[in-house]
Amino acid sequence: MASTTTLLTFRAGWSRVPLVGWLFGALLAVTLERLVGGPLALAVGLPKIPALFGLDIMLKKPLLIPNAILYVLLLYGLPMGIATRASIAPANRLATGLYRLPIVVTTIVYIGLLYAIFHVWAEVNDYRALVLKLTLIAIMFTLSLNVINGYMGEFSCSHPGFMALGAYCTSVFSLGLFVDTRFFGTALLPPALGPFLFPVTLVLGGILAAAGALIVAVPSFRTRGDYLAIISLAFLFIVKSLIENLEFVRGPRGLSGQPDWANLPTVFLWTIACIWSINNFVRSTIGKALNAVRDNELAASAMTVDTRRTKMVAFLFSAFWAGIAGGLFAHVLRYVNPGTFGIQSLAEVLAMVYFGGLNSVYGSIVGAVSISLLGEALRPLEIFKWIIIPLLLILVMIYRPTGLVAFKDVDVTSLFRPKTGPGEEA
Amino acid sequence: MPVLEVRKMSHNFGGLRAVNGYHLEIDPGQIRGLIGPNGAGKTTIFNLISGIYTPMEGEVLLNGQKVNGLPSHRIASMGISRTFQNLLLWRHMTVLDHVKMAHYSRIRYGLVGAFFGTRQRLREEEEIEERALELLEMMGIRHLADQVVLNLPYGAQRRVEMARALATEPKVLLLDEPTAGMNPEELVQIMEIIRRAHREFGLAILLIEHRLKVVMELCEKIQTLNFGEVIAEGTPEEIQNDPKVIDAYLGKESVI
Repeated sequence: MASTTTLLTFRAGWSRVPLVGWLFGALLAVTLERLVGGPLALAVGLPKIPALFGLDIMLKKPLLIPNAILYVLLLYGLPMGIATRASIAPANRLATGLYRLPIVVTTIVYIGLLYAIFHVWAEVNDYRALVLKLTLIAIMFTLSLNVINGYMGEFSCSHPGFMALGAYCTSVFSLGLFVDTRFFGTALLPPALGPFLFPVTLVLGGILAAAGALIVAVPSFRTRGDYLAIISLAFLFIVKSLIENLEFVRGPRGLSGQPDWANLPTVFLWTIACIWSINNFVRSTIGKALNAVRDNELAASAMTVDTRRTKMVAFLFSAFWAGIAGGLFAHVLRYVNPGTFGIQSLAEVLAMVYFGGLNSVYGSIVGAVSISLLGEALRPLEIFKWIIIPLLLILVMIYRPTGLVAFKDVDVTSLFRPKTGPGEEA
Repeated sequence: MPVLEVRKMSHNFGGLRAVNGYHLEIDPGQIRGLIGPNGAGKTTIFNLISGIYTPMEGEVLLNGQKVNGLPSHRIASMGISRTFQNLLLWRHMTVLDHVKMAHYSRIRYGLVGAFFGTRQRLREEEEIEERALELLEMMGIRHLADQVVLNLPYGAQRRVEMARALATEPKVLLLDEPTAGMNPEELVQIMEIIRRAHREFGLAILLIEHRLKVVMELCEKIQTLNFGEVIAEGTPEEIQNDPKVIDAYLGKESVI
């Protein structure tokens, strides 16, 4: 009992740290790592800076785990803990100032800070940058699936297929138009234009994915039930074997040599755009109609909700973002083949959705980040990681059936609010 | 002109004639009752009028305009609202969201507003919220606005459903057993709410009810239904003394 209360009072010391305080704390920690990370790693007995908070060496060199934990505590825990605690008053003043600005400006400042943290953190090595980019893409993908499986309460299996459509569409455009390749011939447009037209080709990929979604949606939304799950699973296989058999996109060999346009800022901004628009959507009355349709479709239509339109819009919107995620994915790896978008990928994204939490923007972020990091940490186990992740998933399903952080959207104003005490002036 | 008119409406379920030649005329501001033993087809009539089923024969006219055959959300937005016998609420949504949702057909900000959060959306959402809160105030459940309906007591859930039905700004309200499962105290309250809704919105109300006390007190005219057909129609007094109604409820007096 006594230890719990001490722990609680200990934690309460940080309860008044506003978001901006945490961001500056994290920025301090990653900057420190950038400056003294190498020597410190050597000092605590690690060969180099642990790339993913020590997760990556957990199984490769189990003996070094205590050293890695010490490193993380010294570099992240301690500076962040002290800095955030010590700067509560100025951080709250800053938060108050920011809070009074127009919401757009405030948001840009916060997003800029967040990007700075990611940027400094990822600069340490290329592996980090790659994992970070793939995690951000996983967030987009998970969130797009959560719109259907969580908010709408139907079961879609076709999202890897939408991702494949987006990936291939974008790749064909950027390889065909801007790169000299053996299979698409010489570049049609000057490569310098590429980075500027990249968003356009991404959106085209998203639109193609949405068009694919239309094919699934038209027959399956006439009635309720398991139809969507079955039809969408069929669609996934159709897309995969279609690509495998299309010589135009080099079949199972896949496309490679995509230009390096999906750098960290690009992926980051698209992820923010995805989170922002999906969060906007699910918080509007039009988007909440999805919940009404899920909880009781009959009542929804009796209360003037156009249920068919609601479901169609959500499905196409969700497929669009899956397509964008696919386009980015192809350009991050600079290689894409149909085998990537199979049942394995479906299982992975479903795990992220259900682990993180249904009907939840935060949950999708938590799910995508934790399963991605876990996947990296368990990489030495190779295929056996697919025994551990499902086991974890089963445990989550038993103890928290709707996932870790279910039913929680992002409320930007409460997120940015300074955390002053009741008597103080905000 | 009657606000709602039903002409010779019939419907079959397979070989069963669930509703046969049903007719109805409600004038604006009138409260009508619909009674009958279990399985007589009362709820089916509601489902036919509100578009959940499409009538096989006959017509449903709202202000002289034909509505049968339209999808139910269109019928609802044209002005026929209803409650359900077994409380079809959205179990994960808050009370306020329920009432806001019923404004769906009047939202004008469209998908652009939904995806990008335009100013128009902010304004409209605020207006909807204000109206929803007024309705909750009227139903006496404003303090529950942020609660998830799942956690509410039965009487409060009934009020939420009522507020939701009124939020569509109906011309005709179909109430399917609004007092089912209520204790006498709640009964008095819900009757007061029905009266208030009737008075303040000038609604025409069609009421399915098993408790004769409620029907007798509220309704001007009552129809009695048995095996899908209207067997008696009239004022509460006439209905109470009609031998066919007594037969339908209690069975024929048999002489050995």
